[in-house]
Amino acid sequence: MSQDGKRTGAEILWDVLHREGVDIVFGYPGGAIMPAYDAMLASKVKHVLVRHEQGAAHMADGYARASGRVGVCVATSGPGATNLVTGIATAMLDSIPMVCVTGQVASQFIGSDAFQETDITGVTLPITKHNYLVTRVEDIAPMLRQAFYVARSGRPGPVLVDITKDAQQASAPFVWDDSPVRLPGYRPEHGIRPEDVKTAAEMIDAAERPILFCGHGIIASGASQLLREFVEKTGIPVASTLLGLGGFPATHPLNLGMMGMHGEAWVNQAIQEADLIIALGMRFDDRVTGKLATYAKHAKKIHCELDPAEINKNVRVDLPIVGDVAETLGALLPAVARRDRRLWVQAITGMKGDSAVRDIQTMPHSGRLFAAHVMHDLWRITEGKALVVTDVGQHQMWEAQYYKHDFPRKLITSGGLGTMGFALPAAIGAKFACPQEEVWVIVGDGGFQMTAAELSTCAQEGLKVNVAVINNGYLGMVRQWQQFFYGGRYAATPLRSPDFVKLAEAHGLLGLRVTEREQIADAVAKARAYKETVVIDFRVEQEDSVYPMVAAGADLHDMIRRPSPIVETAADE
Amino acid sequence: MSKATLRTFIAYVEDLPGVLNRVTSLFRRRNYNIVSLTVGRTERPGVSRMTVVLEADEDNARRIEANLYKLVNVLFVEDTTTTATMVRELALVKVRADPSNRGEVMRLCDVFRARVVDVGPEALVAEITGAGDKIDGLVDVLRPFGILEMVRTGAVAMVRSSEVTESGIPRSSTPPSATTPPTSPTTPPGVIKAA
Ligand SMILES: Cc1ncc(C[n+]2csc(CCOP(=O)(O)OP(=O)(O)O)c2C)c(N)n1
Ligand SMILES: [Mg+2]
Repeated sequence: MSQDGKRTGAEILWDVLHREGVDIVFGYPGGAIMPAYDAMLASKVKHVLVRHEQGAAHMADGYARASGRVGVCVATSGPGATNLVTGIATAMLDSIPMVCVTGQVASQFIGSDAFQETDITGVTLPITKHNYLVTRVEDIAPMLRQAFYVARSGRPGPVLVDITKDAQQASAPFVWDDSPVRLPGYRPEHGIRPEDVKTAAEMIDAAERPILFCGHGIIASGASQLLREFVEKTGIPVASTLLGLGGFPATHPLNLGMMGMHGEAWVNQAIQEADLIIALGMRFDDRVTGKLATYAKHAKKIHCELDPAEINKNVRVDLPIVGDVAETLGALLPAVARRDRRLWVQAITGMKGDSAVRDIQTMPHSGRLFAAHVMHDLWRITEGKALVVTDVGQHQMWEAQYYKHDFPRKLITSGGLGTMGFALPAAIGAKFACPQEEVWVIVGDGGFQMTAAELSTCAQEGLKVNVAVINNGYLGMVRQWQQFFYGGRYAATPLRSPDFVKLAEAHGLLGLRVTEREQIADAVAKARAYKETVVIDFRVEQEDSVYPMVAAGADLHDMIRRPSPIVETAADE
Repeated sequence: MSKATLRTFIAYVEDLPGVLNRVTSLFRRRNYNIVSLTVGRTERPGVSRMTVVLEADEDNARRIEANLYKLVNVLFVEDTTTTATMVRELALVKVRADPSNRGEVMRLCDVFRARVVDVGPEALVAEITGAGDKIDGLVDVLRPFGILEMVRTGAVAMVRSSEVTESGIPRSSTPPSATTPPTSPTTPPGVIKAA
């Protein structure tokens, strides 16, 4: 602090971050953010130098998803800021609390197309929960405090704070104001109405074929335990969205599994036959519903959701309960009757038929390697306890199907935006958030190459994550669509990759290769024992497809099944 | 789905740079078509008021309201479609009128209670205030004479004084500079039970 008690905007920035509980930021320097970086040297907040700003945004995102705290990334103006965009949009669609700090050209140059000037508040307007352009040093602290408050309250989301270089350099008296942030137009909380709880309880008690939907909101609101109690009291089975996986234990007898496009066939069928859906913290995404006109026609719908704008958006519901899902479940739990719904659960089990069996054991036992083998063995070896971060594509769906998550915040994946390149950087953020966790990255050969440069960040930080590259030589998910819907014409999906083992070695890290199922256990054991980041190149079956599948826009119960016959076996339980 | 109709929303927003852009960007992004939008100051410093007319069915209307509330700078939203509301718009119409038919044009203006505010040798300018359909009516009858130029402000709306207790910004939640805590309405904004 200078003699007159004033602090520079840059110093204030780090002070506020520290006071907001930030212990780590992910970033990349440049001209317009240099004052902030200079002041950083005197700050307690740790900085991780990324290799691309997209990585910084995904790291902040992964940090937030793993910890439940606000993730923070930092970038310079212009190209630094625009490189964040994909990461911000990813966080927006999955409601992740994040604060992005960007440098901006000095305020007198704004609007002049100055060097590295981009209107980043304009660019990010539709992909942030809110954003700020800060041009005066006095506004840095209050606007940052608002940013953290907005990011973490209500339905969380990313907030961007763009700070001009002159505001970082100027000085002002700094007094920390820790009174609650007040924003007159911002109403993040909604009290649930007792009469709605009563109506819901009556509907639930009266239902013969009810299903609970576990969405991301269960994890975000920390309602897993409540959900479990609710399920055990009411005997109602649970289906999960992709982002809801882990919100309810996968190995629980009343867990059905994932719903939607690559959900279990019997789960989708059960939804179509249900007489009541109790949707908890989810938004009826098109990947979950299939064709709306035929979706869950027999079911009354109770929609418990924090964001009123999600009500009746895709699916018309009979009873919306707007509020925190944990609070709603807490109110519902004493209001519902204890019931046995074994008949309904048995009926669903009956729907499993031959589709029930995961086809691992039925895959040709030629020694060849299928991605399902990798997921299944990894699940077994890590006892289902690893923190798994997946990228986007076939491997993401296989992971969701074969790695059974029993705990919340143990699966991190880009659901809403489906961002390739997400996994490695998000895993780095997650590992910094939870250093004691065993972190596995499951990534395709395509997605890995989008952000593989962050291996270098792992090496520089001495950070250990385990990277399982599911290398099928294709942009597999797109290839699958081409096979199913475009006459097998593989336009721009065959993919040649570098030697991933050598790539790891080039970073001074360990690289391993697995080409047969028998080698999985050994490679995984080696990776787990190694102190630093390890890359395993799993050379899997090239033209395998994810089954079952609801084609985009098709009826939810109209699923494409694996063409090969499947025989019953309990070996994957 | 219920039928789409023209709906009028009043939104009170913080008078800050970029807020208008946030609101219009929301409508664009959510694919709502704005028929008209006006914005101006209110009796309260720091608070602007928007009148937005757009086509929407009941479900969409509730979601528009809810989405508006998600904007941090939006203070209060009112869908006036079913309340007793006065809607006014102002138009200036420059119509061809020479000495031979000027009298006729002026008589027609008179019927619509439009004021002739400027007269030239070849044209005159009529000013009309009223609901949108009244203005449409005048425009229709003037069109055969040749409309040279027209400008309309777009609708502004105000709930009638008989409903004064139910409209306007709730006194407890604004203005932005005030130290009152944010209110938590017992009824979440923008949500209605399905019929
Ligand atoms: C950034 C980005 N670009 C394009 C896509 C479209 N896309 C979805 S899955 C996929 C293929 C992914 O290939 P790969 O990473 O090898 O995984 P695989 O499906 O083979 O497991 C593509 C291109 C995307 N989701 N994200
Ligand atoms: Mg691939």
